[in-house]
Amino acid sequence: MNDFSGMDALYRDFILDHYRNPRNAGTLEQPDASFEDLNPLCGDKIRMDLRIRDGVVEDVKFKGRGCAISQASASLLTESIKGKRVAEIDAIGKEDVLENLGISISAARLKCALLGLKVLKQALALKYADD
Amino acid sequence: MALAPSSTPMLTQTDVARIRSEFPILKERPHGKPLVFLDSAASSQKPIQVIDAMDDYYRRYHANIHRGVYHISELATEAYEEARRKIARFIGAPEAEECIYVRNATEGINLVAYSWGRTNIRRGDAIVVTEMEHHSNLVPWQILAQQTGASLRFVRVTDDGMLDLHDLDRLLDGAKLFAFTAVSNTLGTVNDVAFLSARARAAGAVSVVDACQAVPRMPVDVAAWGSDFVAFSAHKMLGPTGVGIIWGRRELLEAMPPFMAGGGMIGVVRLESSTYAGIPARFEAGTPAIAEAVGFGVAVDYLTAIGMDRIHRYELELAAYALERLRKMKNVVVYGPGIEHRTGVISLTVGDIHAHDLATILDSEGICVRAGHHCNQPLMERLDVPATARASFYLYNTPAEVDALVAGIEKAKAIFKIA
Ligand SMILES: Cc1ncc(COP(=O)(O)O)c(C=O)c1O
Repeated sequence: MNDFSGMDALYRDFILDHYRNPRNAGTLEQPDASFEDLNPLCGDKIRMDLRIRDGVVEDVKFKGRGCAISQASASLLTESIKGKRVAEIDAIGKEDVLENLGISISAARLKCALLGLKVLKQALALKYADD
Repeated sequence: MALAPSSTPMLTQTDVARIRSEFPILKERPHGKPLVFLDSAASSQKPIQVIDAMDDYYRRYHANIHRGVYHISELATEAYEEARRKIARFIGAPEAEECIYVRNATEGINLVAYSWGRTNIRRGDAIVVTEMEHHSNLVPWQILAQQTGASLRFVRVTDDGMLDLHDLDRLLDGAKLFAFTAVSNTLGTVNDVAFLSARARAAGAVSVVDACQAVPRMPVDVAAWGSDFVAFSAHKMLGPTGVGIIWGRRELLEAMPPFMAGGGMIGVVRLESSTYAGIPARFEAGTPAIAEAVGFGVAVDYLTAIGMDRIHRYELELAAYALERLRKMKNVVVYGPGIEHRTGVISLTVGDIHAHDLATILDSEGICVRAGHHCNQPLMERLDVPATARASFYLYNTPAEVDALVAGIEKAKAIFKIA
């Protein structure tokens, strides 16, 4: 390939794969925790549904639309939290998400990369605020 | 809007090269590539004349206006008022006093919504807006309707991005106000402002025109339009940020209460009550953006010297070339009407590439486009697109930059493995 000035490194095959074939796509019936948010500047939108048993995320589904970065990041995130304890998920930070993505994200696109994490945290915060 | 034949010569490559040399920012090299600035519809770049005039003001004659009796305050006042006269001439305003300085078009529209709206709109009244409005010309009317108990009616948009006018007179029947854009900032659609203003007047409604995308790119004559209020921003027409104009017919403005209160807008002030200054001072409370007004005046000089007619035709020529090239590309969808109904604002999508990703890839080539909903969410929903990339052309752009855009889109397609 020719010189894509870093763009082919950003839009790697696995990012495009997660964008076009998102893992855990869809919604859950009667989720234990759920939240939807959008990035009002660009209109990226993500909803996340969680099934939680004894403090463990048994299942997770997400539904969204938006750029490859936001959708791939959310897809990767859902893969990484399945079977994890809520306490472990609480400890997930921005750095972890970016490391998982494995690409360098410019400041302008950081919000896209982190939208999934934001929605996940809010879903959990809402659930445990209720209890 | 047809490509009207005109006696004035076209902008030549030499003209455009000279114009480009007067915009310092065009020498920048983002990511080591020449800057290809295709986002003038969001905010245009500034020629050195405008930058210098503001610098000169601060260096030589900065002082508050309409206050000091000393020399430099007089100079500042004169420059501020001279700019107002230039802007008034530029848009065909019968009187300079009808041009009220505001921060931007958004503030101008809000001024009308608060001052005229809250005086004249009552419960049960109807306000008509269109489905293609920028949020700036929609949300103020929503709030006015909520607060007064008025209702909103909408002129819809056709599939090809034009106003659907088949039931306009029914929508306007009994309406008090009709707010519409002269040019769509997302689709580039050019509306027939004179026609729409005349229909509004015939129905007894006041017309409020969002001219943000018209005043920068085509000859505008507000008197010939026959509108009641017209709003636009300096920063989209080579001027600085922080200043814009709401033009209104004198008899309407004079019957309106102040929008904001404070220094500079009063007649006699007593502790319990005050009388208000005449126009434009009544609507310019507090110390205004003086340097910006001066810069705005010079921007208008710059555009006038080239000629809005020529700028308009040049932009249409670039848009026609861009449309021709883009429409030939596989997997590229261009939104909006044909060239005969539009200006140099082009919204597009490429395959399943999200507009943001497209804009990021174009940015890596030094190409600046806008990506998203363009403050036009209802229109995007109407067209059923989540987001588009928007390229907009202005007098300093070139056919070579259209080629760069096309090459950038090809690159994006290659990265996303799209045919
Ligand atoms: C059609 C239209 N209306 C209103 C606005 C708002 O302009 P400003 O932000 O300068 O008030 C814009 C600018 O984005 C526009 O394109």
